[in-house]
Amino acid sequence: MDFLITLVNGLSLGGIYAMIALGYTMVYGIAKMLNFAHGDIIMVGGYTILLFLPINPVLAIVAAIVFCVIVGIVVEKCAYKPLRGSSPLAVLITAIGVSTLLQSLAQVLFGSAPKQQMVDLGALKIGELSIGYSTIITLVCSIAVMVALNLFVKYTKTGRAMVAVSEDKGAAQLMGINVNFIIMITFAIGSALAALAGLFYFLKIQTMTTTFGALPGIKAFTAAVIGGIGSIPGAMVGGLLLGVIECIAQSIPALSPYTDAIEFSILIIILLVKPTGLLGKKRREKV
Amino acid sequence: MALLEVKNLEVYYGVICAIKGISFEVNKGEIVTLIGANGAGKTTTMQSIMGLIHARSGEIIYNGQSIAGMPSHKIVHLGMTQVPEGRRIFSELTVYENLMMGAYTKKDKAQIKANLDEIYEMFPRLLERKNQVAGTLSGGEQQMLAMGRAMMSTPDLLMLDEPSMGLSPLLVDQVFEIIKRFHEKGTTILLVEQNANKSLAISDRAYVLENGKIVLSGTGKELLASEEIKKAYLGG
Repeated sequence: MDFLITLVNGLSLGGIYAMIALGYTMVYGIAKMLNFAHGDIIMVGGYTILLFLPINPVLAIVAAIVFCVIVGIVVEKCAYKPLRGSSPLAVLITAIGVSTLLQSLAQVLFGSAPKQQMVDLGALKIGELSIGYSTIITLVCSIAVMVALNLFVKYTKTGRAMVAVSEDKGAAQLMGINVNFIIMITFAIGSALAALAGLFYFLKIQTMTTTFGALPGIKAFTAAVIGGIGSIPGAMVGGLLLGVIECIAQSIPALSPYTDAIEFSILIIILLVKPTGLLGKKRREKV
Repeated sequence: MALLEVKNLEVYYGVICAIKGISFEVNKGEIVTLIGANGAGKTTTMQSIMGLIHARSGEIIYNGQSIAGMPSHKIVHLGMTQVPEGRRIFSELTVYENLMMGAYTKKDKAQIKANLDEIYEMFPRLLERKNQVAGTLSGGEQQMLAMGRAMMSTPDLLMLDEPSMGLSPLLVDQVFEIIKRFHEKGTTILLVEQNANKSLAISDRAYVLENGKIVLSGTGKELLASEEIKKAYLGG
């Protein structure tokens, strides 16, 4: 029975990782860059929620999504778009710069002291079992989001254009696809997912700091690489897998101090066995 | 009037000059071929017309409008497109989805459906495999898909970059048959080919490209009969 709870907790945490990992993996697939400021969008979402929560919880969620989407698009337009076509290293360094900028701005606005806000949604009790409602909501919402995203990519014109751009930018342009627009949409979707992840991660740890997004960000990046960076199903599988592993490791007293070590070891092992990640495709080099 | 006019086009890769000031035109309803050896600058010319690479200088005029420096996707909206070298189909999408990507600029659902039916009629193999992932098609089928995909946008000007490359002789014949059919439908064709024999035979006019310069031009028949061409491109 304990194991069942651990599993639910793990899938719920994994859902958060998966939502963030989707942002990393989609941006990588389409803009061919690692957006290391993605974790900080989660933090932006967290603070927005904290700010609007006293007014109305629903308003807080909507505000967080809208604001994160705006920040995501502005960052892409101002910081990454001018560098399109330049060396990957320049883009990577810029992303790290954006990350520092967002964290510093948050520090100026909200101070460096952690802000706590208790949100207790109660718990579902079935006999001996007790699972927090926030855990269940996180799990249900993250699965719903993932299903919706898959449907979007598979069945909408814009979604299929995203697949086309990720595969071959030049050929996509020859179809009349505006690649810059598709990249903007990708950042917008990634940022909206990050806002939701920020909400659920906040429900979990109930403390806001300026580095709120750093840990889930790096875990989700790991999940994206485990699943195969660039692959949408890969990010989902990687995220859920990493969440479950983390919760199982924490539930075993002998292993719990080594949770992070175990997670990153699994990353190393998977990359040794399958360098493209679990669902990653080997890209043919074009001549 | 010329549908496409290229004037003094110069393209550089870094400091290397790949296209050294070429001028040519394609009139409405023609089939025009650029022939030349590997590295002569054929693909570079095609890519700069489509805006995939930017020319250093020169003019590109389509339908009376200057398109030099215009983003590729806007050029496609003007009514021209290209079947790129190496086909470049979307291997993760199905045959049907690839064809629908070709109709990305089209809004009229009935017209898209009509185009799709026409493509399937022209390429029965694509209909058979419409739900198959395009990466699993054979080379010939991929070429058919690339051509069908381009025609889904009902272009006025279709450019084809080495459509016969890497195909068996039987398939090469098929490819040229299809180009003729596209042409009969009223599509103006700009073709780039190494297979000079076949392409000159179907061309109204042709230009010979060597080291980034046009060294010879004339009607398809004239060039087929030319001694220089015979020696250099037709194997004696």
